[in-house]
Amino acid sequence: MTDLTDLGVAAIRDGVRAGTFSAREVAEGFIANVSKAKALNAFLVETPEHALAAADAADAARAAGETLKPLAGVPIGMKDLFCTKGVPATAASLILEGFTPPYESTVSANLWAAGAGMLGKLNMDQFAMGSSNETSAFGNVISPWRRSDGGNAPLAPGGSSGGSSAAIAARLCPAATGTDTGGSIRQPAAFTGISGIKPTYGRCSRWGTIAFASSLDQAGAMARDVRDCAIMLEAMAGFDPKDATSLDLAVPQWYAGLSGDLKGKRVGIPKEYRVDAMPPEIEALWQQGIDWLKDAGAEIVEVSLPHTKYALPAYYIIAPAEASSNLARYDGVRYGLRDLPEGAGLQDMYAATRAAGFGDEVKRRIMIGTYVLSAGFYDAYFTQASKVRTLIARDFEQAWAKCDLLLTPTAPSAAFALGEKSADPIAMYLNDVFTVPSSLAGLPAMSVPGGLDGMGLPLGLQIIGKPLDEQGVLNAGLALEERAGFTARAEAWW
Amino acid sequence: MTDTKYTIRGETGDWEVVVGLEVHAQVSSNAKLFSGAATAFGAEPNTQVSLIDAAMPGMLPVPNRECIRQAVRTGMAINAQINKWSRFDRKNYFYADLPQGYQISQLFHPIVGEGHVDISLDDKNPDAHGKRIGVERIHVEQDAGKLMHDQHPTRSYVDLNRCGVALMEIVSKPDMASPAEAGAYLSKLRSILRYVGSCDGNMDQGSMRADVNVSVRKAGDELGTRTETKNVNSVRFVMAVVEQEAKRQVEVIESGGRIVQETRLYDPDRNETRSMRSKEDAHDYRYFPDPDLLPLELDEAFLDECRASLPELPDAKRARYLALGITPYAAAVMTAEVEASRWFDALLDTGAAPVAAANWTTSELFGALNRTGRDIENSPVSPDQAAELLGLIADGTLSNTLAKQVFEIMLETGQGAAAIVEEKGLKQTSDTGEIERVIAEVMAANEDKVADYRGGKDKLFGFFVGQTMKAMGGKANPGVVNDVLKKVLG
Amino acid sequence: MPVTIATVTKIASLARIAITEEEAARIAPELDNIMGWIEQLGEVDTTDVAPIMAVIPNHLRLRDDVVNADPLTGGGIRDAVLANAPQGEHGFFTVPKVIE
Repeated sequence: MTDLTDLGVAAIRDGVRAGTFSAREVAEGFIANVSKAKALNAFLVETPEHALAAADAADAARAAGETLKPLAGVPIGMKDLFCTKGVPATAASLILEGFTPPYESTVSANLWAAGAGMLGKLNMDQFAMGSSNETSAFGNVISPWRRSDGGNAPLAPGGSSGGSSAAIAARLCPAATGTDTGGSIRQPAAFTGISGIKPTYGRCSRWGTIAFASSLDQAGAMARDVRDCAIMLEAMAGFDPKDATSLDLAVPQWYAGLSGDLKGKRVGIPKEYRVDAMPPEIEALWQQGIDWLKDAGAEIVEVSLPHTKYALPAYYIIAPAEASSNLARYDGVRYGLRDLPEGAGLQDMYAATRAAGFGDEVKRRIMIGTYVLSAGFYDAYFTQASKVRTLIARDFEQAWAKCDLLLTPTAPSAAFALGEKSADPIAMYLNDVFTVPSSLAGLPAMSVPGGLDGMGLPLGLQIIGKPLDEQGVLNAGLALEERAGFTARAEAWW
Repeated sequence: MTDTKYTIRGETGDWEVVVGLEVHAQVSSNAKLFSGAATAFGAEPNTQVSLIDAAMPGMLPVPNRECIRQAVRTGMAINAQINKWSRFDRKNYFYADLPQGYQISQLFHPIVGEGHVDISLDDKNPDAHGKRIGVERIHVEQDAGKLMHDQHPTRSYVDLNRCGVALMEIVSKPDMASPAEAGAYLSKLRSILRYVGSCDGNMDQGSMRADVNVSVRKAGDELGTRTETKNVNSVRFVMAVVEQEAKRQVEVIESGGRIVQETRLYDPDRNETRSMRSKEDAHDYRYFPDPDLLPLELDEAFLDECRASLPELPDAKRARYLALGITPYAAAVMTAEVEASRWFDALLDTGAAPVAAANWTTSELFGALNRTGRDIENSPVSPDQAAELLGLIADGTLSNTLAKQVFEIMLETGQGAAAIVEEKGLKQTSDTGEIERVIAEVMAANEDKVADYRGGKDKLFGFFVGQTMKAMGGKANPGVVNDVLKKVLG
Repeated sequence: MPVTIATVTKIASLARIAITEEEAARIAPELDNIMGWIEQLGEVDTTDVAPIMAVIPNHLRLRDDVVNADPLTGGGIRDAVLANAPQGEHGFFTVPKVIE
């Protein structure tokens, strides 16, 4: 009999509907995998009771002859940025230690309403700030992947949604939520050989999701393949009156609309993404991707996104600026950590609490953000970055005159070893060079696995679409997936 | 008096005062600016606090339409430019009454631009002593919570009920030059807000409070350095702050000191302002556009509705009253408070003669309300009842004296004027025969005085009127009494 | 403009993050390096370019003025609001005494 934990979202859903197996069996299988995989440190909180309750509800609904919900019987992982009622949420930071939200985020509520269950809260970079999952206050997530050189160096699962990517790649869950501010879904997906989609800004409500940078944060789906991403995203997305930036649009039937036939589609190749020092394997994969899309019927066109090189510096002004303000609420008064040194006054308590509660990378970004907003610097930094952001968005708009989608690599390298880049913040930031521009423009984008590098590590290809064209992105992702035939998986060592 | 320029007489000469006010007015709305929690005054601590107001992780603001609408209507009421495109910004600072660590406000693009408020320093002759005070802007922002310091020896208590309530910050230009002008501006502004219904104006509940910017200079000099005295919560205190702070500044400068731009507090018990402990970074608020909110765009339909829903405002109403022949004083008194003007308009709606109605209302009704410590909203006499009484005066049924008596009974019993007249037989008599008979009796009883009068003591005429009225229990028509007396006394 | 130890001390204070002199000395060159890298934004000619307002065309929706229409955005939930407080009593949050 198949190991149920090898199944993806669609297969589990269909199997439960058909009665091939019970939802409870599926949940129990994943729960067992989670409890065996402590070495990966992917979960911060395990919630087997939640997954089992949802499974039992699915089984009961089937027994009663009811129509099953879209995700009935599917247990998932929840990035710890999403508040779920009654379950501790920390965003992987000490400053939220002990915080148990008395509310449910809109995205998680949507998933429960669709019948999904929760296996647990997933580890991540602290407040989603990081590209390797090394900024979590509760330890690194270890990628299930290892290099084929036999060195067994622990590798980064990518970040910030590194718990999500590792858990899916290691078959601890068939799908998970992620959030993407500058690449936090796509880069970890690429590093671990899974798929991940960030929808158009405003598709998923941000209500109840712990904020990093409000104008960029967007929840999305991570799973082993494009179909599963489509099913997940359909359940997560939707208009929410509680989020003033939520798009008041019906959620399209992305899963039903999937088609790998790209006839009539023009795919742009942005020349500015051919950066210096790009590993030849990534160059080669990119070319391979171009050929696959041609094969799927697409016309390939060269396009230019002239302000690409300014995206990262603009991002590292805007995101920290917003974060410095968004994270001001962590002050030890209403929830989370309070550090009150003997005889300290209110302002001393704030400073002590925040010094003890925030990790180094979070502090670094809060300080950058505070600096660029401070008196005398605002126009030179924040205003200039906001104008450059306009130019970056305009670059994409102009590209859409020539093409419908863009194809790029997801990241400039395969997964690196833990510790390899953590001493050099800029080197770490550069990992998001291909994902940040589309985040700044709020565009839908996804990463799908394309192949392995010489060390046997996964590499991802990124599809970027027009605003609201998640369908186009998913379809191109499917076309790539069908041709890549990516079946490699990390061998269990944990 | 009021035309005399206000100056501080210093040792080195005369100083002018320059005053600007930033008035924080709580917007009248059921729910808060960005959350659905209630705004009612005086609730149990933290019972009107949503997850949003407490700045729980992942919470987001969604603006309340009514708060926006009231700010726009207020802007229209002070003849201001309404900005169809505005935006919310974050003002970042740390304090225990500010859970988000920032206040959502509007720095760069406020919803209301320049406007003005016309003030008057003399109710008896408003137009001769008027002045136009410019308003720089009105923006909408969140109020903070409240700290209590006297409940515990080492802790302050935090109540977030007020936190997130909508405020309008109404920023004047530095156009005021005396305590009286500052007081008149605040009173007029309060009056306008209450007409509009955008703020209840309850200063003792903190619904309106002013930050008072004061500087001094010699005539013709550049503006001096200003201080800002925060959270002054009555018209009287605002006037006191201007007076005390200007005096203090002159003393500081004349004794060789310099004015520091700083925040001060007013201590009403000692009638002085004092410096608040300054915070090193108090002026680096790191404003930037709130990324949780899109720009606020108002369409014509919204603006039309705001405009159409504005009531007649104090200045227009006063002009209308003046046109009806009402005295400037009565017109000013009647329009100062929206409740009084509503009451009076209801009285006019009955068809009452405007001038008589205004005189009666300002003297009789307001006098009675003052005496009994009531406000006009709780007037024991309704406009309809007043109209009935005024009607009885107008048709000669009641003399003014009788009318006073009837009114007293109305105040006590709530009965109608006609019913009282009927019941107590207070109807005035114009029956010439009856009046002539009584006058004959009075003359017979005072033959000596009749002789004196006829001998040239004209002043005795009043004596005969009084005696006649007294004998008739006040019910004689004074005009008829006068006529008959003149005739018979010769 | 170089990020000095004094700058770091000042922004850490503004951001209410306690740091020691040693930490400030360690952080200053790091931030200086990052800010130096960010400076390249100054190369971009942004004359006549407006700062971005909304990445995806959308308009600000306004809410009706109704109290407690949705328990998730309304009040009257004091227990939930106070449940996570590190310190509080009598229905208040409490903080070290503030002298105003």
